[in-house]
Amino acid sequence: MIAVIDYGVGNLFSLCRSLEAIGQAPVVTGDAETLHQAHRLILPGVGAFADAAEKLRATGLDQVLREEAGRGKPILGICLGMQLLFEESHEFGRCPGLGLIPGKVVPMEGVIPPDYKIPHIGWNALDFPQGKQHPLLRTVQAGDCVYFVHSFWADQCGDACIATTEYGAVLTAAVAHGKVMGCQFHPEKSGDVGLQILRTFCEEDW
Amino acid sequence: MITKRIIPCLDVKDGRVVKGVRFEGLSDVSSPVELAEYYSKSGADELVFYDITASAEGRGLFTDILRETASRVFIPLTVGGGIHSLEDFDRVLKCGADKVSVNSGAIRSPALIREAAQRYGSQCVVLSADVKRVDGQFRVFGRGGRDDTGLEAIAWIQQGVALGAGEVVVNSIDTDGVKGGFDLELLEAVCAAVKVPVVASGGAGKVADFTKLFQTIPGVDAGLAASVFHFGEIAIPALKAELRQNGILVR
Repeated sequence: MIAVIDYGVGNLFSLCRSLEAIGQAPVVTGDAETLHQAHRLILPGVGAFADAAEKLRATGLDQVLREEAGRGKPILGICLGMQLLFEESHEFGRCPGLGLIPGKVVPMEGVIPPDYKIPHIGWNALDFPQGKQHPLLRTVQAGDCVYFVHSFWADQCGDACIATTEYGAVLTAAVAHGKVMGCQFHPEKSGDVGLQILRTFCEEDW
Repeated sequence: MITKRIIPCLDVKDGRVVKGVRFEGLSDVSSPVELAEYYSKSGADELVFYDITASAEGRGLFTDILRETASRVFIPLTVGGGIHSLEDFDRVLKCGADKVSVNSGAIRSPALIREAAQRYGSQCVVLSADVKRVDGQFRVFGRGGRDDTGLEAIAWIQQGVALGAGEVVVNSIDTDGVKGGFDLELLEAVCAAVKVPVVASGGAGKVADFTKLFQTIPGVDAGLAASVFHFGEIAIPALKAELRQNGILVR
């Protein structure tokens, strides 16, 4: 069972429909016991980091996620959900994240040239650092485009960075640290390339 | 590097796709769900669903169509038409829209842009403006291009972005339906005035119009069109191949 974590952030319609399209029957839940029983967890999210982090804390889901990660359960964060996996964010002041992946979330402003538009919205190409392809992205070719919508990005991820994209600077596009994974882009909005990534996450024997 | 987006626009009335020439004389073309799937497979980067229904019944048909499309097509979907309140945002976002475009609703109440951006984020709020030259000035028209609002277009678009719109669709009434190319003068002025993505609309008649658009105004992020796609005058794979050959990055 694939559980999509419901903590009151973001629109889960497309994510659930995309999971159904690859043959899954996702359960949208914020219930700790159901999350414990699920085989895979997906942490979605759009909006502001601090609000979302606070909602995870207020619902106790931050602890649940740390426990499940500690048990080795595969977790996939998407967009803001990916950013929440990091140690901290510098979006409007410093805010702690789940600390499941090393690195921090910082503004794109100042990193990319001033004439580049923020947010980074649209289809951009993926590349693999040092040509190494993580199993999550085994169906992806370097140069395949996926759909991004974000103003902040994950910096200093070290080896956890498994894909990058170029937007005036080389930005982190996907991460993995053990069985905790994340996409800055929206696989549920990235056509077949995105659906295949979701399929790999759901079906791979991690 | 980010790619230029090609966006077919589907005008939907009572659950069917229609496209008017200069906003008049509608003709039924096809099923929105089938057309959306077809476009997604042929490489469209995003789809715009524009609800031109006036009745509550038609609204219901529209959200049914939207829900069905969003269950089968996994690229970004933008919805416009009849968006006058946060409840309207909520209604279409729940049915799978990723972005919502406001036009007349924002002219009537500019605060709608700010409220929607605060609740759903700027990336979700698109300002769509129908623009026509009047007395040597770019003027914003409301109610589907029928009413001269008296608003100067560039100032209005800047105001909309300041209020929180995360993207702008600029539809030139002067070039719409004429198929003589995009309104480069207008688009140049908008791109110089705002720092959010700009979508060009109105006037595409052939592949070369898109090439010229992206070559002349690098600040334009996307080209939107309707009938040239619906009637097969431009096939998206051929359009993208041509753009690629001209050094324009596309997916």
